[in-house]
Amino acid sequence: MNAPAAKGSTPAFDQQGTQSDSARLDAAMTSFVSDFGITVGLHLESCVRCGLCAQACHFYLATGEPRYTPIHKLDPFRRAYQRQASPYAPLVRALGLVRAPTVADLQQWQELIYDACTMCGRCTTVCPMGIDIAELIRDARHGMFKAGLIPERLALMDRTARQWGSPATPAEDLPDILAEVSAEHGVTIPCDLAAADILVTAAPAELGDHTKALADAARILDRIGAKWTMHQGGFDASNVGFNNGDLELQERLTRALIDTAVRIGAQTVLLPECGHAYGAARWEAARWYGQAPPVRVIHMTEFLDEVIADGRLAVRRIGGTATFHDPCQIVRRGGLEAAARRVLAALGFELRELAAHGVTGLCCGGGGGVVSNQRAAPLRQKVFEIKKAQVEATGAERFITSCGQCRITLEMGAKHAHWNRKTESLLELVADNLAD
Amino acid sequence: MDLLELARGPLLTLALAIFAAGTLWRLVAVLRLPRMPDLSPARSGAPRPLAGAARAIVRGMWPRREFGQAAMVTTFNGYVFHIGLALVFLGYAPHIAFIRRITGLSWPALPDPVMVLAAGATLISLLLALWMRITDPVLQQISGADDWISWTVTFLPLVTGMAVVAGPSAALLSSDHVVFRGPLAVHLLTLELLLVWFPFGKLMHAVLFAFSRAATGMRFSHRGVEL
Repeated sequence: MNAPAAKGSTPAFDQQGTQSDSARLDAAMTSFVSDFGITVGLHLESCVRCGLCAQACHFYLATGEPRYTPIHKLDPFRRAYQRQASPYAPLVRALGLVRAPTVADLQQWQELIYDACTMCGRCTTVCPMGIDIAELIRDARHGMFKAGLIPERLALMDRTARQWGSPATPAEDLPDILAEVSAEHGVTIPCDLAAADILVTAAPAELGDHTKALADAARILDRIGAKWTMHQGGFDASNVGFNNGDLELQERLTRALIDTAVRIGAQTVLLPECGHAYGAARWEAARWYGQAPPVRVIHMTEFLDEVIADGRLAVRRIGGTATFHDPCQIVRRGGLEAAARRVLAALGFELRELAAHGVTGLCCGGGGGVVSNQRAAPLRQKVFEIKKAQVEATGAERFITSCGQCRITLEMGAKHAHWNRKTESLLELVADNLAD
Repeated sequence: MDLLELARGPLLTLALAIFAAGTLWRLVAVLRLPRMPDLSPARSGAPRPLAGAARAIVRGMWPRREFGQAAMVTTFNGYVFHIGLALVFLGYAPHIAFIRRITGLSWPALPDPVMVLAAGATLISLLLALWMRITDPVLQQISGADDWISWTVTFLPLVTGMAVVAGPSAALLSSDHVVFRGPLAVHLLTLELLLVWFPFGKLMHAVLFAFSRAATGMRFSHRGVEL
């Protein structure tokens, strides 16, 4: 795959495939049009260009660069809408009122759509028109993917996931990995059981650097006496397709989880501490089935909250002060703000909230695939400074989150900033403090 | 037929027709786009979709404090403008007389000093909005023709209206002839320009805001999120 990069200090763009520019443009436009539904129309029609979305965007706040204004990131998508689907589209085209997007526009906007947007949706909370820009960016990514215009690093992960079912490891290696994790941490992680009540899934990092999370999930599940398994048929919940805009892959990865769960008779798919996994499986799985999926899809935070609340799991109170980073897809776009706080309370923490928390919490800067896109690292590092300042301002002893991708992003930011603070996992804290 | 008769007669009819048909067309055309239903199971305890929509419509009326002074200034200025404009349009006695001529409906007018204050505040808020759009780098980045046209067609009726205020409204209404026929015709023409532009530009947010907020409110309340 070729990846011609723009020269100079401006961010590069990558492209995949060998199709002509016109074929790329056609592919993007066809995809854009297929996403132009009522909500997209209402949101694109109602913008008054007040610019308030900039005040919510961590990329704008960290850099002060107006091009990072969220609504501006949608410019080619908006122009495509106005020319192809808006109420006055024939008039717009006939009179040339709106310039048609070009391949050069899409190439130029690649950085804004992939490097400088984490689809965190904070801008939605400030928009006086309630425009869900994150959702529109996601739709725009569908067209960018079809045009072969996504960052090469994400394209590489996409190709890997298409082949392996995960960007981390081939499915056939899963039993060996789980055996190693089991041996290292002294737990048993069942794999490929023919029948179980819960299908447990992982984030890519948990199959590599964060294997303790898998072991911790095992400890908790065993403690409550659950009948569970991991399975080669569907094990990686991170869903690269969701982030990249690859709908075909998104569907395939989602179906792998749900269909595997159905096959083994599981009633529940337990998602790992991963934000976009939740977005893809909890809220989007239904679109592939044309109805609510036949199994319950639940995030690890939700699961911990439930088993602690109903008394199946008892934890020791740790005490002390803690602050919590709200993962965007789990809290602002997922509704688990209270669940995470109940678990923190059960652990006995005095919670010192960040200046921006809950539905208006600031993104870690790595969501939407940005953490994997090494080209975006300098931008991410600037964003990290805001989070770092907010954490320090709380004076809390511990810094906790419930998303592995956020954790990786924050750890990378801390390393770059020589900041001696550890980002802890809520799951790991619970597992380390199980009461007898 | 002089300019005022033209502005009061066929041009007003034409402007109102374009306004009504254009607004209806734009709204219906958007609502006829494909519906992409959310089939995921709602979070347990999530409010009903209409309750979520209603909450979002109300919640969107004021920004959260986390978004700082810029959001507050923009919002406050917006309120000054919208309230001021509503007071001027609906509370000024000659405007009520104008509406009564067209619709037969009328209501008590507000005192002239209130009108002067409202018009002044509206004008200042519009000028402040223009200043921000010209000087703010973010607004420079995202502004287009629609923003300038919409500002202009909103500003013109205000200034032309102030130009025809030549004394107490009671005196204007009791006069047996139209004072300032030419300027009044120009004032009416600028109003008609606004009506004609309304369905095509961002002024349409006056209708769309509720639908847009409601769509997001339904999406997020389904997930158990209180935006």
